[in-house]
Amino acid sequence: MSSKTHLDRQHALRVLQDMLLIRRFEAKCVELYQAQKIRGFLHLYDGEEAVAVGVMQALGARDAVVATYREHGQAIARGVPLGPLMAEMYGKREGCCRGRGGSMHIFDRAKRFFGGNAIVGGGLPLAIGIALADKELGRGAVTACFFGEGAVGEGAFHESMNLAELWGLPVLFVCENNLYAMGVPLEQGEAETDIYRKASAYRMPAEMVDGMSPVAVESATLRAVESIRAGNGPYFLECRTYRFRAHSMFDAQLYRTREEVELWKARDPLVLMRSWLEENHMLSAQEYAAMESEVEREIDEAVAFAEAGSWEAVEDLERFTLMDEVPE
Amino acid sequence: MKEAAPQSAEQSAERRVTTYREACREGIRQALIGDERTFLMGEDVGLYGGCYAVSKGLLDEFGPARIRDTPLSENAFVGAGIGAAMAGMRPIVEIMTCNFSLLALDQIVNNAATLAHMSGGQFAVPLVIRMATGAGRQLAAQHSHSFEGWYAHIPGLKILAPGTIEDARHMLKPALADPNPVLIFEHIMLYNAEGDLDPNLQGVDITSAKIRRPGRDVSLLTYGNSLPKAMEAAELLSSEGIEAEVVDLRVLRPLDEETIIASVSRTRRCLIVDEGWKSGSLSAEISARLTERAFFELDAPIMRLCAREVPIPYAAHMEEAALPQTPAIVELARSLASPQ
Ligand SMILES: Cc1ncc(C[n+]2csc(CCOP(=O)(O)OP(=O)(O)O)c2C)c(N)n1
Repeated sequence: MSSKTHLDRQHALRVLQDMLLIRRFEAKCVELYQAQKIRGFLHLYDGEEAVAVGVMQALGARDAVVATYREHGQAIARGVPLGPLMAEMYGKREGCCRGRGGSMHIFDRAKRFFGGNAIVGGGLPLAIGIALADKELGRGAVTACFFGEGAVGEGAFHESMNLAELWGLPVLFVCENNLYAMGVPLEQGEAETDIYRKASAYRMPAEMVDGMSPVAVESATLRAVESIRAGNGPYFLECRTYRFRAHSMFDAQLYRTREEVELWKARDPLVLMRSWLEENHMLSAQEYAAMESEVEREIDEAVAFAEAGSWEAVEDLERFTLMDEVPE
Repeated sequence: MKEAAPQSAEQSAERRVTTYREACREGIRQALIGDERTFLMGEDVGLYGGCYAVSKGLLDEFGPARIRDTPLSENAFVGAGIGAAMAGMRPIVEIMTCNFSLLALDQIVNNAATLAHMSGGQFAVPLVIRMATGAGRQLAAQHSHSFEGWYAHIPGLKILAPGTIEDARHMLKPALADPNPVLIFEHIMLYNAEGDLDPNLQGVDITSAKIRRPGRDVSLLTYGNSLPKAMEAAELLSSEGIEAEVVDLRVLRPLDEETIIASVSRTRRCLIVDEGWKSGSLSAEISARLTERAFFELDAPIMRLCAREVPIPYAAHMEEAALPQTPAIVELARSLASPQ
């Protein structure tokens, strides 16, 4: 595999469409949240789409993904089917986790999507173990582990980094640095604000990437995956990005200014990608409209699937607390 | 405030309507005003205003040294609170929710709870750790734990569970005055609760359980967010002629055995309601103590209504089914009070 990104038209359109799907899916989620169809915590990925979409372009079916609680984007980019995803947000039996997980806990075994995790940093040690198993079982797979820069403050981050390098594991660390951990600005949360530099203390190759550019993220991920598959051990990407919306649905955003948000919105990965494609005559207004209606259709279908779903029987409440066997 | 109130509003001036959240905040404010050694430390307590908005406005009033925002690093900042307490400060450490306190479990259990004893009394740990607890907001398994009963297992800690606005307002002061680490569990479902706060009330103790509603037929032993459910159940039972006595445990360690035993000895029937799980739990402990000390006072086996033995699920109907609810309290209490 070459680490050069092939920006052929079809691929570029695919990337744009994936980002659009995430954006619109989440806009629908907000609507549904207001209609109280979706409850609990809802963390949106608005503005960060280029990271998940860029990374996933460079992964294959055998690779594994460990996600955060802000994982709709990661799940959609990974190809988790939209219907069961939306049904999970509704808490329906047809949801990918049978209504037990909700927004923060999307799992999809078939996609090797090892779950949204609502404990900050909670996924990092899992990624180490998944990569260890893949290595020992000779799967030749890479585990992509997503986490926010806030997770870097936790001991689990440092312990995991050390293990990954020490054992030469095929882990791709993807730090989604959106500059705020809830209300904590990067410079108030980290003594070293260039997160990727922490990797060097663990002797791990690392890059800082423009997380608003899916192209930049994809090519960095291709380089990383190439290095990991060559047996060089883990690799670290710090993707600089920004969340356009509140941390979750309850957040007065006292910690940042409207101007700052607007400044970052000028770098909206969807807007940039779309205008780049248009300027290079790879996308017409008509084609974009068609893309939009295709995306809307997929979302409508997902909502219809969720609406038509059923509620798990209360008698099955305790099911899956313990398993009878290990699923194959 | 009282002086400024017009004559006609005398009553409302006497009792002030507030929320559990505001009561928690006022408790912290007064603690900060009252002792320069006290500071509040935790994730998003400052700039963000607190994840449940308890500390909103305090950063402006007290500044960043006394409202200290921390990075995500529960084990480190809880440990730092312990160290600061050993070295002369009187910290209030906030852990957003008890779910994340698991990352600080080592510091709480291996340090806070043991240092006084291990050092042969050379050091005390006068620290307060506040955290939100409980389920009911469809936050799923990792955000819905109730660990106060777990912590109540540990010698060297004191465990408080304010279930009323009064306790939310006043438990902090005696907790800070205590030479030992005190953990305060604030239930997420109570923050919005509104109620009166008697401005003349000078304080509360952190040693006793409280009878929130006297009754002769059955004792409902509970705390936290199960308290309002038990009160509601008692109201319903009363309309059927069953008078339930509601005992608010308040202090989960050390348990106020005398109040509990006195109540059960009067009613001779007991239902324990706890949002924690049953196995190896606080409710098991209370039941055991009653069996040890009041067995012959009982007219019926002790009953328990606890969370079902399952990680708390996301879906509303499943979450509701997993937790103790008022109708089940009524049903069990009725079956206890009116034996066939
Ligand atoms: C261990 C732990 N502590 C605290 C929280 C509460 N919390 C949820 S998200 C968050 C901020 C995380 O920031 P970051 O890792 O940068 O990710 P982002 O939300 O910005 O995507 C906090 C403090 C948690 N879920 N887990």
